[in-house]
Amino acid sequence: MRLLKIVPDNTNIQFVRIRHIAFAITALLTIAAVGLVFARGLNFGVDFVGGVAIEEKFVTVPPLDQVRSAVDELGVGEAALQQLGSDANSISIRLPLADDAPPGAADAVVEKVKAGLAAKFPGATFSNYTTVSGKVSDELIRNGVLAVLLAVAGIAVFSWFRYEWQFGVSTAVAILHDVLMTLGFFALTQMPFDLNIVAAVLTIIGYSINDKMVIDDRIRENMRKFRKMDMPQLIDLSVNETLPRTVMTSLTILLALGSLLIFGGHVLRGFTSAMILGVIVGTYSSIYVSSSLLITLNLKAGTKVGSSEPTTAERANP
Amino acid sequence: MLDFPRWKVRAIWLGILVMVLLAVPSLLPERTRAQLPGWVPTPTINLGLDLAGGSYILLEAKTSDVATTRLEQMREQVATEMRRAPRVQIGDISTRGGRLSFMVRNVAQVDAAREKLLSITGGGAGLTGQREWDIEVVDQTRFVLTQTDAGLTQAVDRAMDDATDVVRRRIDELGTREPTIIRQGSNRIVVQVPGLDDPKALKDLLGKTARLEFKLVDTTADPAAVLRGDAPVGSQILRYQGTGQPIAVKRNTIISGDQLADARQSYDQNGQPNVDITFDSVGGRRFATVTRENVNKPFAIIVDNQVISAPNINEPILGGRASIAGGFTVDGANQLAIALRSGKLPVDLTVVQESTVSPELGDDSIRAGILASVIAAVAVIAFMILTYGRFGIYATTAVVINVLVILAVMGMLNATLTLPGIAGFVLTIGTAVDANVLINERIREERRRGRSVIQSLELGYKEASRTIFEANVTHAIAGLIMLLLGSGPIRGFAVVLLLGIATSVFTAVTFTRMLVSGWVRKNRPTEIHI
Repeated sequence: MRLLKIVPDNTNIQFVRIRHIAFAITALLTIAAVGLVFARGLNFGVDFVGGVAIEEKFVTVPPLDQVRSAVDELGVGEAALQQLGSDANSISIRLPLADDAPPGAADAVVEKVKAGLAAKFPGATFSNYTTVSGKVSDELIRNGVLAVLLAVAGIAVFSWFRYEWQFGVSTAVAILHDVLMTLGFFALTQMPFDLNIVAAVLTIIGYSINDKMVIDDRIRENMRKFRKMDMPQLIDLSVNETLPRTVMTSLTILLALGSLLIFGGHVLRGFTSAMILGVIVGTYSSIYVSSSLLITLNLKAGTKVGSSEPTTAERANP
Repeated sequence: MLDFPRWKVRAIWLGILVMVLLAVPSLLPERTRAQLPGWVPTPTINLGLDLAGGSYILLEAKTSDVATTRLEQMREQVATEMRRAPRVQIGDISTRGGRLSFMVRNVAQVDAAREKLLSITGGGAGLTGQREWDIEVVDQTRFVLTQTDAGLTQAVDRAMDDATDVVRRRIDELGTREPTIIRQGSNRIVVQVPGLDDPKALKDLLGKTARLEFKLVDTTADPAAVLRGDAPVGSQILRYQGTGQPIAVKRNTIISGDQLADARQSYDQNGQPNVDITFDSVGGRRFATVTRENVNKPFAIIVDNQVISAPNINEPILGGRASIAGGFTVDGANQLAIALRSGKLPVDLTVVQESTVSPELGDDSIRAGILASVIAAVAVIAFMILTYGRFGIYATTAVVINVLVILAVMGMLNATLTLPGIAGFVLTIGTAVDANVLINERIREERRRGRSVIQSLELGYKEASRTIFEANVTHAIAGLIMLLLGSGPIRGFAVVLLLGIATSVFTAVTFTRMLVSGWVRKNRPTEIHI
């Protein structure tokens, strides 16, 4: 049986040569992403801004404007409506809740909407609803931001101890790039940004670091093997050697995520979209941000990297 | 590297067999599981609320109440203690500014008063050796008592423990299945009730403090003053539940809900719902004495500072029973009965976060999650076998076992599977394969460099193992942070992710290496297709 080979043997793509152009494009894209976040803002879910989110299931595809006017008539504040992608009969309704609202105010809103919609649209039922008070949502934001920062810092420190400081810095920069791009994506599409997306961002960080470690590990190995080779050439070699693995792994994960996106139901849609984007961005940044940055940060060939003993490969292949 | 002693091979297979068997109960439908004989261990994974449907409610306690309640209690204790012989004359007692202060009328009694204070504040030192109250004397005769931070923290802690117990009792009374009630942080309680899709009744019940008090009505009060909200000295103005009409009652509680033995919803002679209460023996005796002393006077029945009714005492009530009537609905009476029976909440609780998922959406999510997982697994398996042939089969066997091992471990830990957790599974399928991709690519590479089959295999496993270890450590850092800082569903995701990282090292590296070594030993291949 002939086996599938996605990446041909012994590729020699000169990734590093176009790194200046890649840097420029990456920088522009990242700035654009940050700009988008500031200009358009993120469409925060109730987890982060507080309020009431109701998911209502109708018997037929409901006309959005009629639902909106029905909710507006109830006098419960300005509603944000959204049709849920896969299930056209469901609508998510988000309503604000005053910070100083008395206990039970959220219940009153939920009851009103429930009764109001059931009266106007016979057969409409609740799928789920969430209420979050302003105080809790502040904490959730704080914990989310803290989690992301801690993850980036923890991983940077780990790779600094394992390798050289240049690896720590380049990895941290690359991961920050991944996170910012993901945020930009959410600002652009205005998909709801909730707690699940924070989990997705953390997973992207985990995946992205996985990818970078594999290449960094190979760079370190090659630095011991070829002490005289100059850095750009060495990085190209390492990236090329690991390319089959990079492509295979990205493809398998994208296969898994793709099936989750198509068949996994609307609740996970935001999560999966973020992950797919993150896998692509993370794979890109392994080559064009973290590895290329090592040259800029002046990592010298022949530097003793790490403290472990010479590998078998070195002894076998002087 | 490829040497596997026979005992090791057996141990690995045995371990896998046990794990797979332990995963089975979680895969069985609930009905089949119930039919298994009792000696069969059935570790099962709980379904999270987003899959099972149900309510998640986060309650927050107003801990400032604790300080106020404690101050009031101390005020009553001080008043009682000073009246006891040898009596100390005190006056101008106040709880303004969060401090209790009073004046000793006779300077000569200051030391006696201090002795008494020390005895009720625990000699100045509580169980932990920390003082709970600071006692100060100003202007020679004025005592000022301030709660210490340590004492207050302890009191809040006790109150929260009590509140958690009360919440648990009340939810148990509702007869819902398998509720989870956990104290969280210093002032919160998490309540999770699977299968509940309208939590309104539950929230109403938890919103009730259920502080029951009987107080005498102050019949001497001037009705006009009562309407203005002015109460005579020693009395206070309370309002009727529903109508909001004011009424003057004595400050002193003649009997409280603490002495209750039982409370039941029932009907009065007119068929109206009411709540029958039974006092315990101490409470019953006290109730008898008080009613005997106050025949023909009205007393107010007060729940959570609202007057339910103020009936007249026609004759002494000796049986230790009473009933509370006041225009209840059956549900309202039932709720009050449950609340009274389960004891009063030492603190007020408010809902600060809530999430309710209907069981239908939960079912949809499970179906979608399983479908997505199966399709993802099939796609990945096909892809791996097409790419790596025999080694792809080894890798996918490892992945399937990995999923079963994760299920088994989750079952043993009684962990909760959430929708993000299913996403974690799908992702684990993707990343577990990565370890084998690393190994196989390395073997390909070494073969290309002209090494022998055996050498390539050995080097492939050895070199890739180091990379896998490093990548997994960093991945685990992200997972751990999620576990520590995440909430609810995210934690479920982190659990699956971390377990997947740990078990994949075993299945993707050790297990496949064993399979490869068995094949190599048997066939002595001179060429491998990879």
